[in-house]
Amino acid sequence: MYEFKYHRATSARQAANLLVKADDAKLLAGGHTLLPTMKQRLASPANIIDLGKVAELKGIEIKGKTIVIGAMTTHAEVANSAAVQAHLPGLAALAEGIGDPQVRHKGTIGGSVANNDPSADYPAGLVALGATIVTNKRKIAADDFFQGMFATALGEGEMIVKIIFPIASRFAYAKFPNPASRYALVGVAVARKGASVRVAVTGAGENGVFRWADAEKALGAKFSAKSVEALKASAKGLNGDMHASADYRAHLIGVMAKRAVMAATAK
Amino acid sequence: MATVSMTVNGKAVSGNVEPRTLLVQFLRENLRLTGTHVGCDTSQCGACVVHVDGKAVKSCTLLALSCDGSDVVTIEGLAHDGKLHPMQEAFREHHGLQCGYCTPGMIMSAIDIVNRKGNALDEHTIREELEGNICRCTGYHNIVKAVEAGAAAMGGKAMPMAAE
Repeated sequence: MYEFKYHRATSARQAANLLVKADDAKLLAGGHTLLPTMKQRLASPANIIDLGKVAELKGIEIKGKTIVIGAMTTHAEVANSAAVQAHLPGLAALAEGIGDPQVRHKGTIGGSVANNDPSADYPAGLVALGATIVTNKRKIAADDFFQGMFATALGEGEMIVKIIFPIASRFAYAKFPNPASRYALVGVAVARKGASVRVAVTGAGENGVFRWADAEKALGAKFSAKSVEALKASAKGLNGDMHASADYRAHLIGVMAKRAVMAATAK
Repeated sequence: MATVSMTVNGKAVSGNVEPRTLLVQFLRENLRLTGTHVGCDTSQCGACVVHVDGKAVKSCTLLALSCDGSDVVTIEGLAHDGKLHPMQEAFREHHGLQCGYCTPGMIMSAIDIVNRKGNALDEHTIREELEGNICRCTGYHNIVKAVEAGAAAMGGKAMPMAAE
């Protein structure tokens, strides 16, 4: 790891100010992507702004028909939250499936969302639920936020403050983890809210998370596992690599979608 | 250089470190607590697991400066007055190690599992929860037995003897 200057932020506003003022600065959330990247010298920011002590960025609360989760809330906190378990159990399960227990103690929702790893779990959850990402400057719909591999709508000096999840009547996420890395080879999130059904796929697309329109239409007509059984996802635009071909990923999209619907309708 | 202060195994410590110093480097190189190991250095293997503010974390993927003011417990902080912690004793009794490299991380993770899931742990839970700890010798079988016995012993139950 190359040298850098370390700043311990005490408030979100101070962190945002530092992000603009300090040259070549990066925000440090849980650090479980940024620090390994810096160790490999794939990143070498001149300034690190540590958000670890910014209490106002942590926490989970129910607001009307939404769950609001602070950017610095860890995966373990989301997984174990009584509020999330009661109102969006599928989101608690999604968080419980990220990495391993030690990683979940440090990794944060804001860090994962800002990083937009094409195999990360949260992007599928946010897009399926139609979440809103609140930054220090504006509100961004999940559909507009994720813009390709590791690319997001975040601009210069912009940081995620919290994420607002509408409470869906049915929501679940199913993934086929890479047996070694445990990242999603393919993960599918399915959400039903009133008459609207949204299906989001992670791990498979060349440009990161995407919505599967055919499944949304079929599930909109009838929300049952049978509705997706007949569908075949297209392999066009999917990743093919040493772990899985594009065709196999396309097959897994159908399987994971079915499992997600079964989990969402289980009770 | 920056000053970092924390509590390690109940003792207040501080040191001057470069900002890029990892917690595991601070523990091993500044404090000479070499029981915490560096295995993969990529937050996968779990040889570096310690407790920070009561939670198991991978100390190879944490800056020492991020832990300023924290309460840290390492493998060296478990035994008291020459008596092994029940989880350490269980690993000894059940031969939950061969080369021993992964063992400090295994034990710190095992205690964290008990803290979160209680003293009655079944095999499936233990195997799932040990996902972040890799052992390249034992095949995990005796580790799982050790964790089950250690968890029960931490709850005050007599330690079941290993089957010979």
